[in-house]
Amino acid sequence: MRIAAIGFCLFALIGCERDRRELRPAPTRLAIFKDAARESDLQPGGVHSEPQVQNPYSGNAYAISEGQRLFSWYNCAGCHANGGGGMGPPLIKDQWTYGGQPANLFDTIVKGRPNGMPSWGGRIPEYQVWQLVAYIRSLNHEEPVTATPPRSDHIQQDSGTLMNKPGGGTR
Amino acid sequence: MIHQSAIDAAGRQAAQIQGLFWFFIVLLGGIFLIVVALMLGPLFCRHRGLDREPLEQTHTPSIETERKLTHRVGWATGLTVLILLGLVVLSVSTGRSISGGNPPANALTVEIVGNQWWWYIRYLNEDASRVLVTANEMHIPIGRPIVIRGSSHDVIHSFWIPNLHGKRDLIPSHTTTEWFQADHEGRYRGQCAEFCGLQHAHMALWVVAETPAQFDSWMDLQLRPAPAPSDAVKQKGQRIFLDHACVLCHAIRGTTAAAEQAPDLTHLASRSTIGAGTLPNTRGNLADWIADPQNSKPGNHMATVALSREDMPPLLTYLESLK
Repeated sequence: MRIAAIGFCLFALIGCERDRRELRPAPTRLAIFKDAARESDLQPGGVHSEPQVQNPYSGNAYAISEGQRLFSWYNCAGCHANGGGGMGPPLIKDQWTYGGQPANLFDTIVKGRPNGMPSWGGRIPEYQVWQLVAYIRSLNHEEPVTATPPRSDHIQQDSGTLMNKPGGGTR
Repeated sequence: MIHQSAIDAAGRQAAQIQGLFWFFIVLLGGIFLIVVALMLGPLFCRHRGLDREPLEQTHTPSIETERKLTHRVGWATGLTVLILLGLVVLSVSTGRSISGGNPPANALTVEIVGNQWWWYIRYLNEDASRVLVTANEMHIPIGRPIVIRGSSHDVIHSFWIPNLHGKRDLIPSHTTTEWFQADHEGRYRGQCAEFCGLQHAHMALWVVAETPAQFDSWMDLQLRPAPAPSDAVKQKGQRIFLDHACVLCHAIRGTTAAAEQAPDLTHLASRSTIGAGTLPNTRGNLADWIADPQNSKPGNHMATVALSREDMPPLLTYLESLK
């Protein structure tokens, strides 16, 4: 009985990682991936094992919610709307031109892509890029359901306040 | 020096609230003392029948005594109801008098938008070139009505300058209006009065009430774009500002930085505090704030920017030049 109770308590601790809030982010570790983020499956001499790049915030509900806030703050929605695409391509899809793995998304944000995607490297701090990656992956159900809240931690509202929208006009 | 007190009114509205407060305190305090005295009286008066068994029913009161008692209790109850009703009328009428009515025509309209955890301030003007956006420190002319149009960008906040007026909730997607007038010069501290998250306590607002002439010169200065960097160090500082995450959220008029997610920094050096009243605006505090925003205000949304050791001094020098 006692062992079962201890076991249950330990089991409950698994859930802690989901809600971990790292207020002070780790310092920058990787500026831009070199070969890590491949954009093609074709490799000379056959396919080698890929260097695994992990998103440090994968599975973290707070980071996903922060990613959602940043998606709006940095005006990603200006081109990608709420993931459905507009002037820019949609972010909810199966076929990614430059790869849909976390490392690819990181690269796309940091380096930019031809025909419109700005290069955010040096501007958006690395930990926030990873939060954005976690959010975009969550839009595609690539993040654990347990970490993807039915609603964000931040109230989203688009009409009636007095502050200007990032892209002009009144919110 | 912190000057924040609801019983040191600096304007008409706050004076009415203050008057109501003291009236309640004196009247209800007096009643409280009377009740306590009436209760203590019998405790100290020796009862005739004290030598008998205390709880024994020794005699039934006469009809005369019964009638007297009924009268007294009836009068006391009636008086209580009357006093409470009177206080309700007084309270409601004071509330109506300070919040109702249209402000006079010469009012200055200021928009206040609550954000986690700072105040967005915009002075409206029919002349679009004289619309001013600033943050966390608000100057107002004395003797002129100030209309506040308040809203919120994220969660419910509450705008409260105790020396000038009562609280007014700021609600997302909704605009609330109130007006007040400062009659005495001074620096008054305001505080968010609705719990709004981790840094609710560090969401302060300074109101500087000054003479109309002083206010006009302040306004003229604030309306100017930021001074161009005058030497190589400041130019480097500006470059660093524009090349890092700063530019994604802050605005400095006169540069390409134009975001409104965080306080406008066009005249940062003219403000007395940083972090919405969290720290005095000194070079050391500014360095601390930029190097590790989570140090003095944990949980706030300022990005932690990886700046090199060489980049910090020019950036600080540039920010300090934004007078």
